[in-house]
Parts: sequence; structure tokens; C-alpha cells
Amino acid sequence: MCDRHFLSSEPLHFCGGCGHHLIARNTEKALQRVTDLRPLDVILVTDIGCHGIIDRSFLTHTIHGLHGRSIALAAGISAGLDAPGKKVIVFIGDGGATIGLQHLIEAAHRNFNMTVVIHNNMLYGMTGGQSSGLTPCGYKTKAFPEGQPYVGYDLCRKANNVGAAYARRVIGTGDFSGYLEEAITTPGFSLVEVVEVCPSYGAKRNPDRTLTEIVKQAGLKVQLYSHPPRESYSRPKRTPVASLLDHNTAIPLTHASTLANPRSLSINGSAGEGVQSAAGIFARAAIAAGLHVTKKESYPVTVGVGFSTSELILSPDPILYTGIPAPDVVIITSQDGLERSGVTIGRMKRGLVLIDESLDAPETAARVVQRNFRGQAGPRSATLVALFHYLGVDPIFPTNSLTNAVQQSKLSGKLNLERMMATSCA
Amino acid sequence: MHQGKGHQRVLVDGSELIVESSVRAGADVFIGYPITPANRIFQYSGSRFQTVLAAPDEITALQWMAGFSATGKLPVTATSFPGLALMVESINMAYMMELPMVIILVQRLGPSTGSATCGAQGDLSLLSGLISGGYPMPTFCISRIEDCWDMSAAAVTAAVELRSPVILLTSKEMVMTTRSFEVTALEEVGSVRWNLHAGNDAYRPYQPEENLVPRFLPLGNDLHQVRFTSSSHDRHGLLRHGDSEALANTLRLKEKMERNLSTFIHYELDEEAAADVLVVSYGVTAPAAREAVAHLRQTGTRTSLFVAKTLCPIPQAYLDTMERYRRVVIAEENQDGQFRQLLFGRRGRAGVSGVNAVGRMIDPHDIIKEVEQHVR
Repeated sequence: MCDRHFLSSEPLHFCGGCGHHLIARNTEKALQRVTDLRPLDVILVTDIGCHGIIDRSFLTHTIHGLHGRSIALAAGISAGLDAPGKKVIVFIGDGGATIGLQHLIEAAHRNFNMTVVIHNNMLYGMTGGQSSGLTPCGYKTKAFPEGQPYVGYDLCRKANNVGAAYARRVIGTGDFSGYLEEAITTPGFSLVEVVEVCPSYGAKRNPDRTLTEIVKQAGLKVQLYSHPPRESYSRPKRTPVASLLDHNTAIPLTHASTLANPRSLSINGSAGEGVQSAAGIFARAAIAAGLHVTKKESYPVTVGVGFSTSELILSPDPILYTGIPAPDVVIITSQDGLERSGVTIGRMKRGLVLIDESLDAPETAARVVQRNFRGQAGPRSATLVALFHYLGVDPIFPTNSLTNAVQQSKLSGKLNLERMMATSCA
Repeated sequence: MHQGKGHQRVLVDGSELIVESSVRAGADVFIGYPITPANRIFQYSGSRFQTVLAAPDEITALQWMAGFSATGKLPVTATSFPGLALMVESINMAYMMELPMVIILVQRLGPSTGSATCGAQGDLSLLSGLISGGYPMPTFCISRIEDCWDMSAAAVTAAVELRSPVILLTSKEMVMTTRSFEVTALEEVGSVRWNLHAGNDAYRPYQPEENLVPRFLPLGNDLHQVRFTSSSHDRHGLLRHGDSEALANTLRLKEKMERNLSTFIHYELDEEAAADVLVVSYGVTAPAAREAVAHLRQTGTRTSLFVAKTLCPIPQAYLDTMERYRRVVIAEENQDGQFRQLLFGRRGRAGVSGVNAVGRMIDPHDIIKEVEQHVR
């Protein structure tokens, strides 16, 4: 006789004849046979349903959650446990398994270390006997008194299909603790579907049908579906960075700016042409010149095609409000950029529009300057060239600050910087 | 912490500061499911958290978080309204089980999927009623870039100290705008301590301490049985059907928040002597309110500024402060003034008006115009 008790000796609170009694008793037997397993090594996760009232009877850790979510909850518990030798067991009904099918698939697929015991009484017992996703075709329920009109899920096969090492269907009569023991001692995810009958709603509508007959007529097999055991999920052993800020080195103050008031720029080009990286380099150059900067990105959901816009605010004073109702400067390096900024340019009453000379100059009250961005160093460098041009037109900080920022960037060595500067300053 | 004097400006976005501060404050696990505009938080978390899991959906994300929390880990996720909508039942579960966790809600324009890359402040009404029965969900708000650091730490700390899920509310503009930032301005963040049950006495998971917060023990510990329950339950964590002990335990959840509210009230009050007008804001609109108030003062309109950072439950101090002003202008990026209605109800209060916008940021001039209209 084992002196380790996982289940209280108090009477269970299920209806007479309910298969849940047998599942609880067989689980107790199975746990007792697992060497060295103590009650506080077991975490019982229960779902919503009649079976969920079992918590009070187990002497293990217990957690009682939502309808259908217990397998996902158990996955988090399983992944969160530090000590080895713990066992997570999920008690869930066929209704819970239906609403939480995604969680079952996910847990089996990732091989979270747990044993799921499905109390399959083929209907929702707690709410009056409605059909579940596991109700066999033809089985009579309150919702379908003439018989369930479609075929129920074969959960054991589904679990097997996504890699569960152990998925077994058993008829919930007599002693099936050996199967539960097998599942509990299988590393990783295991599942036992116990087919049983609800005496209140199932037996009355389906008299004279044995569980074995019902299962057979449903085309389900009382058998083990298995794979060779594989390594169960464990938290990846990884070394995160010590601090995100350590990788973000301070930008030294190397130049000075002449800017007296905030200046907002809208830089518009095409995806894949370096708009965001050029704007980032320009932002760093502005910071090196003592300015405060904000930078926003905008592009379509298909990030590899269409426009790419970067909006900058540069200011000698700290920037609070980061909105740009109307930019002071609009830079356009491609047709995509022109189409993106067309409405903005049309509304401008002042300011500067700097646009590639290959594009049609838009109508606007702002000053328009056309230069050759795309032709100088190719489309991928057009935005950077445009920003050099901008500093030539509006020297808010020295061009050398931008040159330094380019040299310190990933683009250093990939660009003909001298040619870029010479042509832009000409 | 970055040390040094003088120019220590880096380019950062709010997401980076949120993740770094959360980890330093004691967050252990990030569970992510992609959604714009919260993706950068997921991205940075991938580098910074010891444990990161990609969930297959937001319901799973919250359930995994609850599982981790039940084993003594502090989980964090980041989402936007469509994801939060899926999480609501599970957040209620964690609230009832009293499991600490932080849900970062990055607001975007709704309803439904709305515009994923357009900011908004449209979710406060939902948060104020998130818990069935009207129980307050601790909600902190990021109202300036520095709050990405300070409020993230505050959220982690409150989650552990209150044994509760906590919402950290922000919006697209705050987490996706890169900006120059003085890293020396950041305060040190220390790791929060869990108030654990000790000794040989049997552990009762819902036995409240004097501050009404029960001590914690993780599932799987070797010394004491732990029971967590989402349904109405007694102090042992056993399901009970509405008896007096279970009902008292449920009511304690509200009292717990109110009893401890003073320890997690965060707001800014910048009062000007003899000011008749108080500009109130929070979140992404707060910087516009700051600029507006600075401008109003420069042009001779005496104006005070109130920036709320603890949004739920509403502290009495907020109402007391506003009571002292004849004119209160509340600026927020939504249609009907959700914070205004939380404060004053649908009937409002004489002298209280709103500045609102949908689909665009509120401009400081919008606030200036509203204030000047009433001052003249």
C-alpha cells in the first residue's frame, strides 16, 4: 500500500454512475505507481465542466481556470516551472477540448510537458447536455434529439498528427490506471481520451448502447497513437543583451547648429531606396550638431513596395509635441514620394520643396528647388544625396556633421562620399 | 545606467525604454503575438528578455502568461485593441486568481481593425469596465517619453505588489517615434520583491494581509499546497458558490485596489499662481498640452497643467484638484472625451470642456484656442 495519497478519501461530488469517478480514482492509482512522485510534485489544471469540481478532492497543487483554456494555462505552468520532476496534469472535458482545440494542437506540437486527460462524455453535461465537437455522429443529445448530424473530432489522431508521443483512447470502465501511468511517465506531451457516459443527459437518450459500440460505430479506435518520445519543451537557454541602452551609444557633440526655431522635414521616396536609413543618419548628424530630433516612419503594409516616408522635427529646444500638421520642408526623391506628398505640397503656403529633377515640379506656394538626386549616386543613395543638397540650400548645421554620420554608419565604404558632397555642394 | 556628463544624447524610441525598464524592474518573460503598432516592443523583447515565447493567438498569450505567473514569473505582453479584445476573459481570470502580469496596450484607431498605423486614445472606456462587476483594473499611462521608463517600472512593481494584472496604456506615437534622448535623465530601476509566504503554517492563497493583498507562493513549490481559482472561491482557493466567505473575497478585490491606491498614484501638477484654467491631459496628448500651457503662459493667460498617469481607478486627488478650478479643459484623442466622462460622468460639470480629435493628433493650437475662447 502506497503511503502517498494524491486524492482525498472523501466522497467525490459527481452524479452516481458518472465516469468522472473512475477517472479520478484511476489517476490516483496511476500517480501512486510513479516512483518518487509526491503530491506537491503534481500540478492539476482543471477546466470548466463537471469534472472541474475535482480540485477540492486532490491533495496536489490545483488551478482551476476558464472553459477550454486549461491546456494553454498548463503550457504556461509547464514552461514556467524551474524544478525538474514536476508533473502537470490537465483535466478537461470534450466541450473544453472543442473550444480549446487550438491550445491542444499547440501544446502537442510544441511538446509541452503535460498529460491531458479528456473526460469525453460526448456532451456538455454542466449546461444541459448539448452536443460537443466530440459527440459521435448519431449520438442523441438535447440539442440534437434525433442524433448528432455530423462526425466528431478524433482528438487522439489529431494529437498524433502534430507529434504527440502518446495519445490513447480508452473506454472509461474498470481499471485503466495503467494507461494513465504510461501517459504520465511519457516525457513531453501525452493525452488520454477517456470515453465515458453522462448519466444525466447521455444515458437516458441513448439507452442500451454500450460505450464500446458507440465508439466502434463512430469509427473511432480504442488504441494508442504514438511516436518515439522527443525532447519536451524547455525554456531556451539564451543570453539576452545586458542592456538595450548599452547598444545605443551616445552621439558626441561635434558641431554647432544655426537653427533658432523648430524645423520639420518630410522626406519622401520609394521603398528599398534607403529613405529610412538616410533619415536616421541625418537625425544623428543633427544630434551631433546639438539639435533635438524626432523621427517617424511611414510606408504601406507591403513594406517592400510603394512609398517610404520619414518625418523629422529638428529643434534647438527639447521637443514635446511630435505632430507635424504642415512640414516646413518636403524632400522628394522618387515618383512614389511625389504621389505620397502631393496633397501636402499643394497645401504649403511657405517653406521649401526639394525635388529630384527627373520629376514634374508640383504646384505649390512653397519655394521649389529641383536638383539631380537619383542620377548622382543611383536611386539607393538618392535620399542621402538629397539631404546633402538640403544642407546646401538650408545650412542649419555643417555638412561635415552629415559626412561624419555617414562615415560612422553601415553605409560607410559603400558610397562615394566625396563625389556625393562635391555635386551636392556645387 | 549610462554615466557621464554633458551631451549624452542617443536615438531611442519608447518601445526600447519600455522593454529595458520592464526587465530591470523584474519582468521575467515576454509572450508576444504580432500586432501593429506594438511590434517594436515584441522585437526589443526578443533581445532583452531571458524568456520569450511567440504565442499562436492572443488568448493563448494571456493563458501562457497566467501559467508563468502562477509559477512565480512576471510576464509581459504588448498588444493593441484587437488583441486586447481576445484577452479580456483571460485578463478577468488572472484578476480573479490574483496573478501578477503587465499588459502593454498600444492604442490605435478603431473601431475594429480601424487604422493600424494611426494613433488614438480610444480604449480608456473599455479599460474602465474591463473587469466584470466594475472592479478597477490598475492602469498606468505613458504621458511623455520619460514615462516609458518610469511608468513601465511602476507597472511591473504594482503588478507584483498588488498581485494583479496591470495595464500599461500608450499609443502608436509614443512607441514608434524615434527621438533624441538624454540617457542620463533616467532614474535607476530596481527589481521588485515578491511578498512570499514563509514558515510552516499552511498556505492560504487568498488570505489577505493587512493591505488586503495575499502573500504569494508559486505552483510546484515543495512545501505548501497552492490552489488558484478563477471562479468564486474561499481563502483556500476552493470553489464556493456565492457563500459569504467567497463573496467577501470577491469584494476584497476592489477594496484591495482602493486601499493601496495611494502607493501607485502618478500624475503631474504644474500650477500657476492665480490661474483660473486647468488644462488636463494624459497619454499621447499630454505633450501637446504641455506646449499649449507654455504658450498660454507666455502670452499672459494664467494656466495650470494636470497630466494624469494613473487612470484607473480614478484617484480622489484628481477630482479635488479639478474642483479648485473654474474652468477645466480636458484634451484627449478620442471622440467623446472618455477620461472626461470617467471623471465627471455624461452630464459633465459646469466649466468643464473637452478638446478632442479622431484620426489625428491634437495640436497644441487646438488646446490654446479652447482655453482662450473661455478666458476672453
